Amino acid sequence: MSVPHALLALLSEGPKHGLRLQNEFELRTGNAWPLNVGQVYTTLQRLERDGLVETDDGAGERSQKRYRITSGGAQELAGWLRTPPALVPPPRDELVIKVLVALQVAGSDIHEILQVHRRHVIEIMQRYTRIKAEAGPDDVPLALVTDAQLFRLEATVRWLDAAEVRLTQLPPLTPPAEVEEPPVPAPAEEVSR
Amino acid sequence: MTRPLELRQVSKVYGSGPSEVHALSAVDLSVERGELVAVMGPSGSGKSTLLTIAGSLEEASSGQVLVDGLDLATVSRSERATMRRRSIGYVFQAFNLLPGLTAVENAALPLELDGISAKAARAAGRKALEALDVAERADRYPDELSGGERQRVAIARAIVGERGLLLADEPTGALDSVNGEGVMRLLRAATKRGVAGVVVTHEAQLASWADRVVFLRDGHVVDQTLAPPGPESLLAAADRR
Repeated sequence: MSVPHALLALLSEGPKHGLRLQNEFELRTGNAWPLNVGQVYTTLQRLERDGLVETDDGAGERSQKRYRITSGGAQELAGWLRTPPALVPPPRDELVIKVLVALQVAGSDIHEILQVHRRHVIEIMQRYTRIKAEAGPDDVPLALVTDAQLFRLEATVRWLDAAEVRLTQLPPLTPPAEVEEPPVPAPAEEVSR
Repeated sequence: MTRPLELRQVSKVYGSGPSEVHALSAVDLSVERGELVAVMGPSGSGKSTLLTIAGSLEEASSGQVLVDGLDLATVSRSERATMRRRSIGYVFQAFNLLPGLTAVENAALPLELDGISAKAARAAGRKALEALDVAERADRYPDELSGGERQRVAIARAIVGERGLLLADEPTGALDSVNGEGVMRLLRAATKRGVAGVVVTHEAQLASWADRVVFLRDGHVVDQTLAPPGPESLLAAADRR
């Protein structure tokens, strides 16, 4: 979650105080990402330093200051909204590695291992769904936040289901036969020119 | 206190000899009032067989099926049919509303079939529609209702009267995820009013609406989820990130 860009988005509606920004941020993200007020002010200071927001004239307590977005800030926000997030998968997926390793470990029950992970993921899904259930269907920001998590988790369950089908259809894998040490090559004869 | 549904060591075998198929093997499952249980498993794992046996649409080969404490094997065929009409509600994938009946007539239908007077059945049907927040459409025919309203009427029909057990087989059918969620939200609300619910699904997102998820594989219950902790732990985890 990019807090600076979320604050820019809130300021794009008009000038606001730091405390109001904190409240609105939490409200609109369905309270899924609690944000402390110190983090709000540190972020605002950085945005001000970079010329993306500015404050009302006149020195006052920082809680009295009203922040407004600059044209540079609006441009930054518009660009960020259109920039694709990093969706490239991580170089190593721990779950995939565990399943691959389990295939090689003698005596391990691969179906039982897949089920342990499936149950764990669905238990997490139940917790996210409960948040959504208790909030009611009208809390759209919260539904969007929980949906994003639920679709990611569901993808993991579907991968586990697919793995199960593939492993049921395939004969059991056997560990690769030991490879004999290759003979040491004789020194190449010098080629006469 | 009796449970709305209890399966004890239930097995179901189709065919005999070399063509014998064990659809269910020694399944134990209890569902409490107010509890929604999801049954998940791959194709052919026995999910739908479990539901039809629980709903007394099919008989178990061995084991006991108790609905409201009544062992289905100890009662006559007609008593079973009565129990099926009075105690069990079904939600089907296509909702199966009768096109020639209004919403309230559809909702009241199981009671009328049970010999209850049309007036009393309609009153109960209207009450069920109210519970599903669709009472103002009571006199409309199915083709005058939106897809969401038809879902609500179908669930109202399943909970009408004093039914204690609600059974649903892939109830969201081909609905998109948001409308599918609407159905699960309604089923969950229905069970919170004191009904026991069992929903069969192969979709993890739908199953996650249940209080408990039971996993079937090759006719065996192989696992189930533990009672989930409160959502606070997730928010705390999000805060740390």
